[in-house]
Amino acid sequence: MLKALVIDPGKCTGCKQCELACSLEQEGVFNVSKSRIRVFDFHEEARFIPYTCTQCDEAWCQQACPVNAITTTDDGVKVVHDNLCVGCKVCTIACPFGTVNYNASTGKVIKCNMCGGDPACAKICPTDAIVYADVEQAGHSRMEDWAKKTDSGAQATA
Amino acid sequence: MSWTRKILRVNLTEGTCKDEPLNMEWADKYLGQRGLATKYLVEEIDPKCDPLGPDNKIIYATGPLTGTTASTGGRYSVVTKGALTGAIACSNSGGFFGAEMKFAGYDMIIVEGVSKKPVYLTMIDGNCELHDASDLWGKSVWEVDPAIKAKHQDPMMRVAAIGISGEQGVLYACVVNDLHRAAGRSGVGAVMGSKNLKAIGIRGTGGVNVDDPKKFMAVTAEKKAILAENAVTGQALPAYGTQVLMNVINESGALPTRNFRDVQFEGAHAISAEAMAEPSGIDGKPNLLTNAACFGCTIGCGRISKINEEHYTVANKPEYWHASGGLEYEAAWALGAATGVSDMDALTYANFICNEQGIDPISFGATVGAAMELYEDGVITSKDTGGLEMKFGSPEALTTAVELTGKAEGFGKELGMGSARLTAKYGKPELSMTVKGQEFPAYDPRGVQGMGLTYATSNRGACHLRSYTVASEIMGIPEKTDPHVTEGKAGLVKAFQDATGAVDSSGLCVFTTFAWTLDDFAPQIDAACEGNWTTDKLAEVGERIWNMERQFNLSAGFTAADDNLPQRLLKDAAKTGPAEGLTSGLDKMLPEYYEIRGWTKEGVPTNETVSRLAL
Repeated sequence: MLKALVIDPGKCTGCKQCELACSLEQEGVFNVSKSRIRVFDFHEEARFIPYTCTQCDEAWCQQACPVNAITTTDDGVKVVHDNLCVGCKVCTIACPFGTVNYNASTGKVIKCNMCGGDPACAKICPTDAIVYADVEQAGHSRMEDWAKKTDSGAQATA
Repeated sequence: MSWTRKILRVNLTEGTCKDEPLNMEWADKYLGQRGLATKYLVEEIDPKCDPLGPDNKIIYATGPLTGTTASTGGRYSVVTKGALTGAIACSNSGGFFGAEMKFAGYDMIIVEGVSKKPVYLTMIDGNCELHDASDLWGKSVWEVDPAIKAKHQDPMMRVAAIGISGEQGVLYACVVNDLHRAAGRSGVGAVMGSKNLKAIGIRGTGGVNVDDPKKFMAVTAEKKAILAENAVTGQALPAYGTQVLMNVINESGALPTRNFRDVQFEGAHAISAEAMAEPSGIDGKPNLLTNAACFGCTIGCGRISKINEEHYTVANKPEYWHASGGLEYEAAWALGAATGVSDMDALTYANFICNEQGIDPISFGATVGAAMELYEDGVITSKDTGGLEMKFGSPEALTTAVELTGKAEGFGKELGMGSARLTAKYGKPELSMTVKGQEFPAYDPRGVQGMGLTYATSNRGACHLRSYTVASEIMGIPEKTDPHVTEGKAGLVKAFQDATGAVDSSGLCVFTTFAWTLDDFAPQIDAACEGNWTTDKLAEVGERIWNMERQFNLSAGFTAADDNLPQRLLKDAAKTGPAEGLTSGLDKMLPEYYEIRGWTKEGVPTNETVSRLAL
């Protein structure tokens, strides 16, 4: 089973616990500016959106990297190897989502590496806006919610 | 660790910004935020100074747990001598500004002197500078926040600012950060304005370290679980916000209505949390869009609301059609019950303007209530109000008044003095529902006896957040006491005051105390900070802070005579509800309180108390 971060923005309150946990896991300090996941606050629309790398199957960042510093784990996670990364930042240009970023203090790029299979953001999220779940079933609960709203669904008891 | 151990000292007269090491000896005695900043203030200013003069200072201070993963770790406080009260002022705010200060590498900012021209301060990591703010002067908080981010090309900057009210000396002007979180009470924004300091923009890319990260993660996770499982912090606050109280307090007969003439409001439901979630009669959409959290908060009590686009307040003003910070209980009470107005959209609009222009909705709403009583009694007429019909229950009076007060224009200038000065000006000081010049919040001391003592003895003037005995008297937290009796309340108030002093100095939010006691704070602080932080030590820190604030006020000229309530609450009994027939029994509680505090009959800490607390 391939697992992924399944994000439900509707449950997010914008508390940034995910950013705190990510930075502690990855950097050893609480430092949201170094977090691999970011929560965006669309204040005037009353929406909070957690956003991070979706681990593309054919990853632009990986394909753009001139020194093959980004590899794929058995779980499909794209990982940056600091010993190979030369800090050229081409991957940050290639990524259409902006989820690979340069860390000026190390001269390397940083991105979500799923914390080696136990993502700190999902573990700490107080509202389950971020869960680590079977990627093939990611839409299940949303489908169920919409199914409930249909006429036929409203009559169903399950 | 967990303190950054660094202070920024800004001298506006000289135009300088200098780093200083944090006094760690004081940090061990006063923890941080409220306690530590107050210690700096009392050491550095003359208690008799003019709050709006050059000798007052204003301090923006975080706690050691601000910027950490401890739940609610986003708090900071603004500490100064209060413009409204002349007493010690400490206004606490959430949002994201406090945590950003830590990430920039600072525990606190001490601002002194007066700038010749309007300026704003930026702190970009260790790089701190003052900039000309002449183009920002005369602008609202909602204009200044994005303007500073744009000037510095950094959308991730966090901004705390004053609105026009703070520039113009509205005595209950706030400091607003992150657009709708406020250091709201006692006029800290007016002090900021008197220094010609318009705003502070912070961006930090550094980290906050804790002593023992593994232990800290484990203990904070355990404490978050307690919050999640608690009925108040896990269910009521996320779903309803503090507004969950509106119907509860009304049914308890403790909802001050129309300037405390009544203790129950017939319009309470219409302005309650339940009503915020119901589809509106105008456009069929609810007022409440979502709840929102401050930095690191796993409770998420914040309200994000929207005004009906067809409502008279905004029908021709699309700039107010967006979502923003909605009604919290105290604001809904002050703008609603205190004025007799039960129009949810009018209240939400007034709340938006309070945020936009930086005014305290509690003092503002209560002052409008007092003005309405003056008007209905014929003491003031439409000649005095510039044509405004200040009738109880009039949404138009409320929403026009908030526009005028936010910009300190017309009758808004008089409302901006607060109810004590306003009613005194017209020869009716007894109509001001204040202690030490600050307006009461949303609990009637006739229906909740402990709150009478809380208000009378609060060091920053009438306030619910110095000892929230409502928790015990109405909600049964940590244990139920009878709200109608005075027995035992002196000890209860002291215990709440001391515990709150420690909580307000930690960097965490006092709302956690619906589920946590100091026993829950101590291990979190201990895992993060050097020093041996036990429950007993925190309680002592809290008591030390309370007495330090008291000593400042005594030196500033306050006496036991100022630990009093308006005659209305002592003489006029509650007319309806469970507390019908009751007045506040302050005289029964106060002497016992002084004794339990270790103070003389004149309310002065005895030498023994002073030396016991190492003051």
